[in-house]
Amino acid sequence: MSAQGFDVKYVAHLARLALTPEEEQKFQAQLGNILGYIAKLNEPDVSNVEPTAHAVPLVNVTRPDVVRPSLPHDEAMRNAPSQINGLFQVPKIVE
Amino acid sequence: MLHQLTISDLSTKLAKREVSAREAMRACLDQIQRVDGQVKAFLSHDEADALKQADDADKLIAGGATQKTHPLLGVPLAMKDVLAVRGHPLNCASKILGNFISPYDATAITKLREAGAIIFGRLNMDEFAMGSSTENSAFFTTRNPWDTSRIPGGSSGGSAAAVAADECFAALGTDTGGSIRQPAALCGCVGMKPTYGRVSRYGLVAFASSLDQIGPFTKDVRDCATLLGAISGHDERDSTSIPEPVPDYAAALDGNIRGLKIGLPKEYFISGLSQEVSDAVSVAVKKLTELGAEVVEIFLPHTEYAAATYYIIAPAEASANLARFDGIRYGARVAGADPFELYSKTRGQGFGAEVKRRIILGTYVLSSGYYDAYYLRAQKVRTLIRQDFIKAFEKVDAIVTPTTPTPAFKIGEKSDDPIQMYLSDVFTISCNLAGICGLSLPCGFSAEPKLPIGLQLLGKPFGESTILKIAHAYEQATSWHQEKPPL
Repeated sequence: MSAQGFDVKYVAHLARLALTPEEEQKFQAQLGNILGYIAKLNEPDVSNVEPTAHAVPLVNVTRPDVVRPSLPHDEAMRNAPSQINGLFQVPKIVE
Repeated sequence: MLHQLTISDLSTKLAKREVSAREAMRACLDQIQRVDGQVKAFLSHDEADALKQADDADKLIAGGATQKTHPLLGVPLAMKDVLAVRGHPLNCASKILGNFISPYDATAITKLREAGAIIFGRLNMDEFAMGSSTENSAFFTTRNPWDTSRIPGGSSGGSAAAVAADECFAALGTDTGGSIRQPAALCGCVGMKPTYGRVSRYGLVAFASSLDQIGPFTKDVRDCATLLGAISGHDERDSTSIPEPVPDYAAALDGNIRGLKIGLPKEYFISGLSQEVSDAVSVAVKKLTELGAEVVEIFLPHTEYAAATYYIIAPAEASANLARFDGIRYGARVAGADPFELYSKTRGQGFGAEVKRRIILGTYVLSSGYYDAYYLRAQKVRTLIRQDFIKAFEKVDAIVTPTTPTPAFKIGEKSDDPIQMYLSDVFTISCNLAGICGLSLPCGFSAEPKLPIGLQLLGKPFGESTILKIAHAYEQATSWHQEKPPL
């Protein structure tokens, strides 16, 4: 099965990944092959099967809602690529 | 030779004051100096910090601390570059993290520190743990210590190679689809993926959150039990860690496997399995029978769908997890006129080819119109795979298989063929999908060239003691683990 409707350019856009034209060409072909391999999954009958999201299901895991020390501000900011006045600096978002 | 000791032998010598932690650390640093130019297991290590920790351990020993209170006192351990160690670099072997320094310790690291271990070095891996050879590292490819023209396996290839080359006494890695067991097999050491939820993932950079587990690489099974015990346990910082008591794993190593039932799954002996691996595993199975285990044939009929299921679920989870690498809060940034351009350029230039392929694949299978056909269907097939194991474990205590279809392959041999690369994990993937535990240990060598072959033991959820017991009994009856690579 070829990957009908698979357009690497569109999906890369959804994933916020800038690709070079060479990458687009290469990935379109490689991912087409991978999707072809994955089509194997159409074989088994899954009509009465529940999906598994986690092998060991735990639900509603909570902890006491109490204030505890957290990472100090300067340490949380230490790896920022660009900062100003203790805030993350980003390009202009609104006019 | 000091650097060649197991953790248990080193601990005995430390306790008797025959050697100091500083000498043990020095021995690792000297071995790195001597062989890592060939092996290339380490991305970096901080010698001064390592020796300072060793001196601290020596002070504790002088003050009367023992292995009873600190089971890893003075033992130098190295870490895969995906685990947060406070004050150390963390890159996931990727360019996108730039000069990132971890602001905190992963829970597994905290536990190792509490046990008295020396935490040093950043071990190479496939970028973001995506790969089976370390060829996807953004920095360089690690070499197999048995033959440096070959890959060490992956993604935890640096961890496996460093332990096999005696550059550290043991290491931690992570396993999402085989990334501990496959390189352990190819480098000839012991590697274990614990049951999902056994070890906290706090401070582990997430690849596929429903599959990832941290686990040990060691020189023998006893060390594996020691290290597993040290890192296991419930952690309120990881909502998927399971509140299950941690047994004394070493206590299970009594050599007695008489009467244990071990399943041999027909589906793992397929075309594509090399004759030498098949023969080595058959001889190992015979050995297990001689030791008193009962080996019975079992069926895991959905095995053939495991790789396809994995290559939907893991990329889907990865595409969501890796969305956080956007150049805003940490890591490298490529400037853009607006946030969209900044994200796209940063990610386009920061991620390598395999990571991009998996992000695109994962985004696609989760996208509107394709979710049901791919992701939901894969989750249902995952249920079938899991049920295969539940049924099998009604009849047997453990399952034995080859860890990999072949011994280590040549660098470059599969790097342009993603599907062939994916299939090198065909025997290890099901374990993660089912959430059970598994380990690999040496069970022989290929003839020419001489390369290690791994035996995989799979256990029930929280059945680590049973597979460690079997592995230990087998190890005691064989000498594969005593062989050293020709470095």
